[in-house]
Formats: sequence, structure tokens, C-alpha cells
Amino acid sequence: MKYLDEYRDGDIAAKLVERIRRVQTKPWVIMEVCGGQTHSIVKNGIDHLLPRDVELVHGPGCPVCVTPLEMIDKAHAIARRPDVIFCSFGDMLRVPGSDGDLFSIKSKGGDVRVVYSPLDCLKIAKANPDKQVVFFAIGFETTAPANAMLAWQARQMGLKNVSLLVSHVLVPPAMEAILSSPENRVQGFLGPGHVCAVVGYTEYEPLAERFHVPIVVTGFEPIDILEGVLMVIDQLEAGRGEVENQYSRVLDRGGNRPAQDLIGKVFQVTDRKWRGVGTIPGSGFQLREPFRAFDAEFRFSVSTIDTQEPAVCIAGQILQGIRKPHDCPAFGTECTPQHPLGATMVSAEGACAAYYAYGRHLKDHDLVSIGGGR
Amino acid sequence: MSAQKTEDRAPAGPTTPEADRSAPLNPFGSCPLPIFDHPQIVLGHGSGGKLSAELIDKVFVSRFRNPTLDRMDDQAILDIAGTRLAFTTDSFVVTPIFFPGGDIGSLAVNGTVNDLAVGGATPLYLAAAFILEEGLAASELARVADSMAAAAQNAGVQLVTGDTKVVNRGKGDKVFITTTGIGHVDRPTRLSADRARPGDRILLSGYIGDHGITILSQREGLEFESSLASDCAALHGLIKAMLDEAEAAGDLKGIRVMRDPTRGGVATVLNEIAVRSGAGMYLREPHIPVRESVRGACEMLGLDPLYVANEGKIVAIVAPQIADRVLAAMQAHPLGADSCIIGEVIEQPSGMVLMKTNVGGTRVVDVLFGEQLPRIC
Repeated sequence: MKYLDEYRDGDIAAKLVERIRRVQTKPWVIMEVCGGQTHSIVKNGIDHLLPRDVELVHGPGCPVCVTPLEMIDKAHAIARRPDVIFCSFGDMLRVPGSDGDLFSIKSKGGDVRVVYSPLDCLKIAKANPDKQVVFFAIGFETTAPANAMLAWQARQMGLKNVSLLVSHVLVPPAMEAILSSPENRVQGFLGPGHVCAVVGYTEYEPLAERFHVPIVVTGFEPIDILEGVLMVIDQLEAGRGEVENQYSRVLDRGGNRPAQDLIGKVFQVTDRKWRGVGTIPGSGFQLREPFRAFDAEFRFSVSTIDTQEPAVCIAGQILQGIRKPHDCPAFGTECTPQHPLGATMVSAEGACAAYYAYGRHLKDHDLVSIGGGR
Repeated sequence: MSAQKTEDRAPAGPTTPEADRSAPLNPFGSCPLPIFDHPQIVLGHGSGGKLSAELIDKVFVSRFRNPTLDRMDDQAILDIAGTRLAFTTDSFVVTPIFFPGGDIGSLAVNGTVNDLAVGGATPLYLAAAFILEEGLAASELARVADSMAAAAQNAGVQLVTGDTKVVNRGKGDKVFITTTGIGHVDRPTRLSADRARPGDRILLSGYIGDHGITILSQREGLEFESSLASDCAALHGLIKAMLDEAEAAGDLKGIRVMRDPTRGGVATVLNEIAVRSGAGMYLREPHIPVRESVRGACEMLGLDPLYVANEGKIVAIVAPQIADRVLAAMQAHPLGADSCIIGEVIEQPSGMVLMKTNVGGTRVVDVLFGEQLPRIC
């Protein structure tokens, strides 16, 4: 497939791995920020191609995983209402709240629908004027323009039966929280390619400077990731800490201005709670005043739901890159995609689910010996 | 789809102990999410993945247990007065009922014909039961019946008995069809999912994912255009060519397992065989044929073609000494022109499917939990 196969080529991958081996002299810990990158790394077995001393840790960039339990409970409370058609991205359906998941709500008669675009909700709302259509607007900066467009168009069209349950989060404040933590192990970042395609990467420059940490904005194909790793290691070995752009075929420093304009008109920055991490100041979006009427939290009076997450959960440490999925004693035994204990096991982008699906429930050395020599 | 199609134990991976809701999870303390089982049937129970397996095991197999059922193949092989008969049943609920490459009628005939054929049987007779929804256009039903008649003639089977019921509008979805088939196993084959041995080759009869992606592309709300068509086809002729070749080579039993990778796709079928045979599977990603259009749709939707349904493909586990001959016989048949060897059976890790990826890494191809869910971004 054109524009994809070039970035999955085994020979080019081998050459990049060879270059990484040549450049790298010390052990390094690199975090890929985005869940899509985590997925690609484990799906393609990229971590096993790298030198043993280059450790990839999986960041907080899985939107499903970082959505706090109280927000899931709010979503479920709305989805259970007989007057509601609840629309969501697919992988949110299996995330358990305090009492079941959206699949269970659907099986009990709730009208829960998977949409591929937030704008599908407009069509559903027009076709069902006697129902309230609610979209679960989760995600990072990547999904913000499309989610903003839903609110924008609903307002333009004067649709009274559309609303958004907003749980939007932002990448840079999360990276800042990770870097500021006394437990931090991360020495360099693969920056989130799709997020930066929307907002550019100027926001990352002060982070790189302040913490003297390399941030290489990176794509999602195997060759992208290997090249991103090489660029980070190049910087680390040279003692540099700068923002660089591996994903230049998709984005530039400024990002997508029309998308940023739309986001700015619809959303404003607010404090957000992250699963397993807690509240990070200025780390999310909420609807601006002119769009408040489309806020499902107020329309359905669920803003008082305040489910507490127990303080002790390794999911939070995994999302910050402090520990790995198989450091968790429940991983692969009590906690599987079949019976997920944490959201990191639920979404395909979640670090635990990715590890499980692609075989990291074997010990690392087992897999290397299985894969070796074939 | 019949109970025989799903695995009788949890496939690859560590076992999942029954969750105890009351006990705290030690040693890392309580978890932010509760363990739960679905008290109602959810769609994932019909996905062919682990949820389906669990449901069938807990609800059906435990109650109906017998040696024939315990084989858990796509069909039961029955020895009746010295004659070996293959017997199977399958239900069809596809939406939309007409799609490029077929319709619910041809699917219902071919699906059951294929379940008989992969057991080494010559398909002979079918029964068909129809559940019709009030309001279904009679012309649509006639079109479905025409299609079934044509498919039956093509497969050389006769539809010899049937049943029709009508349910209230809203209690069905136009038409549901259940077909049951009988075939004659007229040579001494030994085909069963527990017969894969290390060194055996894994043969696949062509491009994967065509049916599943065709159906998805037709569904409301997706609106992507493609020239794809379902691969819906009766495979008895292709299978006969394979068995003839093995017999000519004097090694009929060298064809160890044949399955049609329908719901759950190639990945699910290979996992079932790996678990039943106590062997591993080693696939090579570059050797697995996937059409550009299917790959493109899967990329867009966040799906993996290895788990997408096929309705006209065979996965066969074949002994190494006859694998090339059987492959050539497949390639000589119109329905097997794109056949290839996609990997081999290995000793360890038992019960698992591994794949060497295009970039040279290795991953495990596990059984899905429920439905494949599109990822957010």
C-alpha cells in the first residue's frame, strides 16, 4: 500500500537498527507518548529489535486509559437513560465503570452506538428528534477539532438534542508532570505525531529546554518509530535536549491553523483528572460559555458524580512510565482483556492490553528466544 | 454458527481464574475497576472470540457433553451402520441481506456446505429453517430463495426439508436462516483440529478479509466505497482436489486439519488448532495475502485482517512431505489460485500462534476477547 509499505520495510528497519546500535553507547530510557505508538511498537515487535540497553516505556497517550473512573460513571448514568442515544468511539464500550460497561448497558436496552466520526451524531440527532443524542468526547488534541466541529455545527444548526460529554486532555501538561516527578526515569521522548499535526510543536520547546530532554515528534509506522528512537539517542549521546521533527511528511512546527482556530473558539483550557495520576492543572479542555448549552454534564445533571479511585493502582505508574505492565502481579492472571482490572488493559492502545495481545505476557527473554533465528 | 465451532477451553495465553468479586486484589491493593461478568448476553458473545468460547463452554458443552461434541470441530462425524456421515448446522443473520458477492441465501448454503466439506465429506442434503420478520418484501424473500437454489445446484446438494416462521415486526431483522447439512465421508480421511504436528505446513487458499470488510463497507454510517466483493463460495470442489492429490500421493492422512476461517478469521482458527493440538503456530506476515483494499479499510478502521471473517477460504494443516503437492493442486483450482504457505507448526510455545512481522519482530497473535473494536485514533 503506497505511503504505508515504505514505512514497514524490513530492510530499512534493519539498517536503522544497525545505526542505533552504532550510535548508542549508554543505557537510555525513552518514552513513546502516544498510545498509537505503543500499539505499533508491540504489534510489530519493535522493542525486541532494539539494543537491550534501550528501554521503551509507554506513556499516558491512550485516551481511553486516562479517562477517569468518575467520567466513565457519568457516561454510564447518561447512557442508561431511556431518552438518550449514547454515541462513542468503539474502544470505550468495554471500559468498565463502577457497575458494568457500555456493552452491558446496551444489552439491557440502552441505545449505545459506535461512531467513527463525531459528526455522525448530527445525522443521528436529525433522524431521532424525540431522543437526546450524547457524544462521549474523549481524546487528546488529535480528536479535539472533530469534537469541536460537532459542538460548532450543532449550534449552527440549532439542534436542541445534541450534547457532548467532554473529557478532553492535553499532552504537554502530562509530560511536564512526568518530568517533574521525583520518580521519573524518562530521558527522552518520542513526541505524539498526530497531536502535533493539529497543534504543532511549539509548546514542546519550553519543556525540552527546561528539562533538557530530547523530544522527537514521531509517526506511527515501524520505520517512523525506529527513526524517532535513533534521533532521540543521537541527541542523548551528544548531550542535547531539543525538539526535532521526524514526522515532517505530515506536520510542521505550527500545525494545522484552521483546526487550532476552531478548537480555540469552542474549547477553553481547564484542570482535568487523569486516571491513576490525579488532577493535573490546565491539562484538558471544556466547552466555552457560548457552547455550555451543549455540555451533557449539565444537561443531565451528572456533574455531582464523584467516584474515587483507590490510591494504590499500578495503572497510574504504568501511565507515567515508572513501571511496566508485567511488573504488575495481576498482569496476565487476574487481569486480562477478558477481565480487565484497569483501563490500560481495556483499550487496544493501553499499554497492558498491547502487551497482552502481542505476547508480552511471556517473559521478554522467552520471546526473544522464540523469535530468534527464524 | 454451531457450538462445534468454538473452542472448549480458553485458548492461547495464561488461564483466567474465575474472578472473586469480594476478595481484595493482593498484593498491589485494590484496583480502580471492578471485576465483572456480563449478567446479560452481549454482542461479544457472538464474536467467535473468548467471550463466545466461554459462553458455549459454560452454558452448552457442560450440559450436552458427549465424545462427538467434545471434538469441537466444524461438523460432527457420525458412524451409522458402517457409513461415515458428516452432520452440521449454522445460522445466518447477516445485515444487509444482499451484498456484493452474495446474499444471505448463498451464504446459508455455502456456509453449511463448507462446514461439511472441511470434514472431508461430500455434501449431500440440506435442511433450511427461515425466521421471517413481518413486513419483509415477498420479492426479497424470493430473491433469497432463488439464490439458495442456485448455490445448492452449484454445490451439488439438495434442499430436502425445511421450516418457516414469521415473527412480529421489530422482533427479527428481515430474515434469519438456519441450514443443517448431511454429507458422506467416502474415504478414510482423518481430519481433526487436534492433529497438527510440528513441521506441518499451514496452507491458506487465498486473500483474507474480503467478506468481513465487504459487509462492513455496506453498513449504514461507514460510507466508504470499494470495489470489494464477498468471497462467499462453496469449497467442496477445492477440498476434493486437495484430498485427491493427497490420496494420489498415498498420504491421505497427511492432510491433518481443514477449517474455513469464518467469524473470528484466520487468527481464531489457528489458535483453536494450536490449543487442540498442543502445538504452536509460526506465521510469516509477508506471506499472508491481504488485498490492498482490505488492508486500506483495516488501516482506516483500526482492524486487523487476521481477525476478519472469510466465507470462501480454507486453512489447512498439511504434513511437510505432501505440502507442495497439495499446494499445487489448490493453485490449479479456480477458488485456490492464490493459495500459499503462510507458516508452519512448531513445538513450542504450545497452544500459541506467533508471527514474524514485516519488520522482523515477533508478536503473538492471540484470540480476541470479543468483537474487534475500532480504536479511537
